[in-house]
This record gives sequence, C-alpha cells and structure tokens, in this order.
Amino acid sequence: MTLVCADILKLTPEGLFCPLGPFHIDPTRPVQRALVTHGHSDHARPGHGAVMATRETLRIMAARCQDGFARTTQVASLREPMRIGEVTVTFLPAGHVLGSAQIALEAGGCRVVVSGDYKRDPDPTCLPFELVPCDVFITEATFGLPVFRHPDARGEVRKLLDSVALFPERAHLVGAYALGKAQRVMALLREEGYDRPIYLHGALERLTQLYREEGVPLGETRKVAAADRKSLGGAIVLCPPSALQDLWSRRFPDPVTAFASGWMRVRARARQKGVELPLVVSDHADWDDLCRTIRETGAGEVWVTHGQEDALVHWCRTQGLRARPLHMLGYGDEGENDPSPGKGEEG
Amino acid sequence: MNRFAALLDRLAYEPRRNAKLRIMAEYFRQTPDPERGFALAALTGALTFRHAKPSLVRGLIEERADPVLFGLSWDYVGDMAETVALMWPAHPPASPRGQEAEARPGDGEAAHPGTEEPPHPCLPPAAERGRAVPTLSEVVSGLASASKSDLPALIAGWLDVLDETGRWALLKLITGELRIGVSARLAKTAVASLGGVDPDEVEHLWHGLTPPYEPLFAWVEGRGPKPETADPTPFRPPMLAHPLEEGDFAKLDPRDFLAEWKWDGIRLQAVAGRDAHGHLQRRIYSRTGEDVSRAFPDLIGALDFEGAVDGELVIVRDGRVQSFNVLQQRLNRKSVTPKLLAEYPAHLRAYDILAEGGEDLRALPFAERRRRLEALVARLNEPRIDLSPQVPFTTWEELAAARADPASVGAGEDAEAIEGCMLKRADSPYVPGRPKGLWFKWKRDPYLVDAVLMYAARGSGKRSSYYSDYTFGVWRDGPDGEELVPVGKAYFGFTDEELLRLDRFIRNHTVNRFGPVREVEYGPDRGLVLEVAFEGLQRSTRHKSGLAMRFPRIHRIRWDKPPREADRIEALERILARGEAEVFPLKEVP
Repeated sequence: MTLVCADILKLTPEGLFCPLGPFHIDPTRPVQRALVTHGHSDHARPGHGAVMATRETLRIMAARCQDGFARTTQVASLREPMRIGEVTVTFLPAGHVLGSAQIALEAGGCRVVVSGDYKRDPDPTCLPFELVPCDVFITEATFGLPVFRHPDARGEVRKLLDSVALFPERAHLVGAYALGKAQRVMALLREEGYDRPIYLHGALERLTQLYREEGVPLGETRKVAAADRKSLGGAIVLCPPSALQDLWSRRFPDPVTAFASGWMRVRARARQKGVELPLVVSDHADWDDLCRTIRETGAGEVWVTHGQEDALVHWCRTQGLRARPLHMLGYGDEGENDPSPGKGEEG
Repeated sequence: MNRFAALLDRLAYEPRRNAKLRIMAEYFRQTPDPERGFALAALTGALTFRHAKPSLVRGLIEERADPVLFGLSWDYVGDMAETVALMWPAHPPASPRGQEAEARPGDGEAAHPGTEEPPHPCLPPAAERGRAVPTLSEVVSGLASASKSDLPALIAGWLDVLDETGRWALLKLITGELRIGVSARLAKTAVASLGGVDPDEVEHLWHGLTPPYEPLFAWVEGRGPKPETADPTPFRPPMLAHPLEEGDFAKLDPRDFLAEWKWDGIRLQAVAGRDAHGHLQRRIYSRTGEDVSRAFPDLIGALDFEGAVDGELVIVRDGRVQSFNVLQQRLNRKSVTPKLLAEYPAHLRAYDILAEGGEDLRALPFAERRRRLEALVARLNEPRIDLSPQVPFTTWEELAAARADPASVGAGEDAEAIEGCMLKRADSPYVPGRPKGLWFKWKRDPYLVDAVLMYAARGSGKRSSYYSDYTFGVWRDGPDGEELVPVGKAYFGFTDEELLRLDRFIRNHTVNRFGPVREVEYGPDRGLVLEVAFEGLQRSTRHKSGLAMRFPRIHRIRWDKPPREADRIEALERILARGEAEVFPLKEVP
C-alpha cells in the first residue's frame, strides 16, 4: 500500500510532484503544470506553464502577479473529482483563506491528501475545512509546537475594541497580512458590532475589494490618505505588518501598535516587533488542531512540509504513525512580510 | 493574582519608560495593602523563595508533557516560565472553544477591576470551577511557608485555576526573573511619585524596609511618618560614568579632571555603621544594591570603619592585582570554602567615600572626598583595602599614552587588570545615576579578529527563535590541511537589521542540524566572515582550540570577505603570549 502511495507523490527540488499526472503541487520554481492550493505567494508563484486552482485562487493570483502569471489556467471545482493522467484529483475546502483548498490524489486504491495550509477555526471569509479520510496526509506545521493554542479569535478582536474604548484619542494600527488575515479581522470586527469605517493602508485595498466582489461583506472601508493620518485618533487602521515599523506609521497620533497573528502567542515575538497589543488571530491550525486533524484523517503516514516539523513528527511517531519531515525550502521563506525570521507568511 | 498578572502583562508590552511609571503608579494607587507591597517586592527583586525554584517548575511540566515536546517548545519560546504557562494542560479538560473564553477563571475579574478577589458574584462559585484564584499575598506566603514536599502540589493547584497570563506571572515570580523591562529603581520611582517624593529618599530608606512595605506607602501617601532608617548600613545608589566619545576631548579641559585606572573588577559599596546597641554592622553591596556580604567574608572582616566606601573588588595575590579571569573563579560560588578564600583573596580598591561617621560626604567636591578617603585608608592600615592610585597627566596626549601602556606610568604588574582610564571632574559632587559631564570612562580598545561562522543556535529572551548565537572559528593546520577550529561564541554586537540578515543566511546555508544548533556552510571559498571584538584571552581546556575569549561580540559582519582570508590561530596565540598589548587596535587615540 505505501509503495503505491509513494508512487503517487514524490519530493523534487521544485516541490511535491505527482509523476502519474504528471504535475507539481505548489511548486517553488517554474514548472510545466502546477496545481495550487491557495493564493499566498509562497505557494502560488508566477511563471508556470499551466495552473489549476479554484476560481477564487486564480483570481487572487491574477490580482497579485498581474495577468499572464501562467500560460494557461484551469478552474478546479470543489468536491468534483477530475482525472489527470493516471490519477484522480479532487479539490476540497481547507478553511485557510478565500479559495484555499486541499488536494486529494487517488490511484490504485490509495489516497494522498495535500492539505496546503489549513485551519479548523470558524472564519466568516472562507469555506470551512472539510475532513478527507486518507492513507497519507501531508500537513503544514507552522504552529507545530504545543505552546501554540489559538484562543477564540472573537475574544482577540474584542481586546482590540476594548483598547479603542480605553484610548479613544489614539489611532489603532493593526498589522495584518494582505490576503486573508486583514479581511478576517474586518469581518470579525463587523460581527462584534463595530460599524465605523475601517481605514486601510493602500497595500490592502485590492484584495479587500476582491473579497467584496466575491460576496464577503466587510462594511465601509476607506483608504488612508497622507493628509488625514493626523486626524485618525480613535480609528482602526489596518496595514501590512511591515508598515508597522515604517515611517508611515509614525505620522499617526500616538498610535497603539497591534498585530494579528498566531505568533503573538509568544511574548518575545510581540516584543521583537514592538507590538503593544498582540492579537492572537491565526489562519493556521494550532497544535491541538494539527494533532486532531491528523488523527481524524486516519492516515497511517504523515509528511510534514514546513514550519516546526520536528515536534509534529515526534508526536506522530509517539502515536505509532510513520512520519517524515520534508524540510521544504521556499515555503514560508518569501511570505508576505514574515513575522519571524525566515519563517512563514500568514501567521 | 489576576490583577498583578495584568500589571506584569501590561508592563511587558509597554516600551515607554514614562508609560511604565504611570501604569505602576496607577496599580499602587488602586491596589490595597498588602497586595501592592508584595507586587513592589516582586518588581524590585526582593522576593526569594527557598524551595520554589525553576527546577521544581520543570519537574511539574515534565510530569504532564512529553519531555521532547517541552524541550523543543522551550528552545523556541526562549523562556521557561512562559513555555510552561503556555503548555500547561487545560484543567478541567478543555470545553469547546468560545465557551472556554467565558469560563476562564481570570476573565471575570479582569473585566471588573476592584472586585478581583474574592470571586465576583457573576462567576460560578469556587466549588464549581475548582479552587479559587489565589491572591498575590496568598501566593507569596504559600511559597515562603510550604514545606518542600508540599510545594509541587500547591503550585500545580494554582496553575490549574489560573489563566495563561496568571500562570506566566506566577511562574515568573517563582523563577525569579521577571524580564519585563522594569528596574528596581523604576519601581521605586513609581512609588515615590505617589506622593511627589524624591526617588533617592526611597532608595535611602530601602534596605531598612521589608515587604509588604506598609509604612513606606503610608509615608509617601501622607498618612504616616517617614520610616526611620534603623538600618546603620544603607545602600547609596552609585554614581556612574559616561563613555568618552571622540569629540569630547575638544570640549574638556584636562586641568578640570583627575584620572584613575579603570579596574577590571566588580563595583562594590562597602558600608559599616553602629546599630542601636552600638555594635558595628558591615555590609557589602553590588552596584545594583544587592547585599553580597555573604560571598565575601574575608573582606567583610576588614571593614573597620564607620562610613561608606565606593570601590572595585579585585583579587590580589602576592601584591599583584589579578585579571578578571581570576576574579571570575571567586564569583557565583554556592559556598565560600576556606580553600577559595585562600586562593582568591578579595580586596577592595577604594576610589570614593560617600559617608563617614554619620556625615554624608556626597555633596563635597570629588577632590575633597578623595582627601578624606586617603586619610581613611591610611588610618585603616588594612592590607585588603587600598587606594586606587591616580594617574598623573597634564595633557590628553599624556593620558592617552598612559592608557595605552599603564605599566609605563606606575601600574607595574597590575597593568593586566586595567581596562582603561576613569576621568572625574575634581569639583564633581557624588550624584546617583549617570549625570552628564562629570565622570567619564575611557576604555582600552578591544582586540579584533576575523573569524568564520561555523554554527548558530537560537537565542533567548528578545531574540528567541532567531538564530542569534554564533560560534566562529579561525584557520589552523590540521592533519588534512587547513581547517577551521572554533574559538568562541558571540551573541550580540549586531543591529536588528543585521540579525535578520544573519538569520536568513543561516537558514539558507544550513548543512546539519543538531537539535537547536545548525551547522552552516563554511570553507575557504564558502561561508561568512565575522569580525569579532573581545577584551582578552585565556587558556581553556573546555575548548578545542585551547583558548577562551573574554566578552566576545560581533564587531562587523564581513559579507565582502572570502573566508580564506580570515585569521589563523597564530594571531590569537600571539595575543595570548603578549598578555595584552597592541595587536589590532580599533582606532587611534585623538
């Protein structure tokens, strides 16, 4: 059985490769044919021949990489098995960001699931994760240490609102990744009843507009213009994490620096970034959910792509599962303003 | 406990000094005795518990978590207390998310300040949620009084009922290092601000007071008399020097200054005075006001005076001041054995006098204090206490020459223990803290060596999870030709931007992993050259190279330099052979 599974997917310098297709999944270098799980730039790179992904992911890629990011594109419909070469391919929701998918590969009675990045927590901006039983489960481990237990994201957003109430004269700058996190924070703020305009750094505008066009309600947003920064006391301003340390952020009236990321669970991380209000909001599975998901898939073998591989591989082995760290380079390395050195984008 | 935890949490994330002061003052104002007094004790490092130690905490988590996962987590987080706080299993077993947040014992109180303990009526009764959250006073008295065998269960019980922030605060208290960017001085300043009192007055009273400091709070709030300084041996905050900058010489007149050697020892304050019964009490303080008398019984015995003397702790053998390497052997020992006392005799090299026979001398000009000090030392006639000699000079050029070669101007064999010069204005009063323009330190230039990066490990604290500890090597002839041999380890000296770049370099050039340590690519044409600065060398059997560096730090990162051009072990051997001397001076004197 494993012998067959090993034939379905291999690790090559470009990334995960299915010779039965043949195609790569989330390759880090240009290839003939790529299947892409989601739109974050370390997984969705330009320059491939043909790209297959969900409709939303293809839109996101087009918006970020400009048109012509691939010679040809093909939409993958969720939950609809497709035959590619000698393998059956199904895209299923991963719950990570808008359009994110797991990719299930089946051949010879063996099923391998490449989960991409995923989370189990509810998220108003994307479809929830769907569990697929499988023989080999390929997981991320961005937060693969037992210190990472994400609290309820709504409680974290309430912390932000409490701070706004406490310091009504100070602008609240919230660092949030441009794809997924920023829109989730906005949606959560609306769920908590915050109905004032949310101000956006220019770098967040395009994807926010795309989310809206895809039917995600985010309420009124306004672009921060250079002139009105001084008058934004009491406002919530979302920006990419890198902008928190830019000159850009200094022009606000006595700003409170917040950062929405799973990394904020660790104090030193928040202090390294000069964050005063850490918000533990993550689009990745935390330790408990990584372990739970592995258990629930029923997989006898687990491959760990990137993140804190060592701990998760160790845990799998204590559970009697075969486990293999892939030490994949390139994932997390060129993310969007990674919060930690050399490590992952979207926390 | 929750309110104390919230205080620590806010302080930890607040970078601005004045805001920290406000937060602490606010806490002291709103929190009743004795809670606030114990909090002040925690902030000033005045609490130590005989049995509650980090090893106990470690034992507790290892019973509850996979030791490998704990080790990896600790390595990542970089702080044991925080790691345990984050990993501590939810108790009772986790309820579904969302409800959990509301059910947490801490949240109710946090939302209702002023009703912290006992539990708020809105919360379920204590029986339903296990035991109640302890108060800080309960924690402090529990930790102080519980027997060694009862402690683990007591602490585990508290950890079960506290939330993550509460667990973190409790464990910080036990492990003894708060690391929240608040010095004892800052906490005392916050107390002083409650009543517009000068922080130095609080400092002066401090060593006569004990937690929970009720008379101190009563005094600053105007509700009680000033506490009597029953303490005949108070600590007086030391006066510190500014490093001398290149441009300073043009602005300073050599005639205004007196110069001394800067001794490579430990700054001490030796204080002796008579108590109410007329007995002479003696104490030795570190520069931060920690009472270190017990570590130096040999020196304590020599303090036959009434007053306070500021000076440097050095080891003297055969009339010769030993290097810092030797002094280190005497420090941080659990027990002070007769053998240690005989082999490492402690001496005080005195350079200032702050009080004498009940008279405060700090307002006098330095030249006058110096005369009083000289008289005192002469009267004492005690071999363990001598004067730090003055360095004669009339021009800055003369002083530069003396600093470059202390032996030539009378330092003789003590030259090895000299790390530069101190310049003090002859008219300077003794001002606690680091006043501008009065005292300067002019350190000897460090040595420099070009070495090749070989291994990197993750840092701790602020640098946790960055690869920020670097092991570097120099070339030597090996059995198979030239090879690199590790000569030291450095973990600072670079900027945050450089750290990011170094970290990235390490992740992209890893060839081997040994747990938390990564081996990077290195060879004649591949790898990274680090220019390392250090203060001295000594022989060491602990290192493969047989050498150990003192105070090594990254001086520059030579992205441009090919590793083959890095230094050879012979360069270091030469420094060692010469004892000290020039080698690679950083920059020339003005």
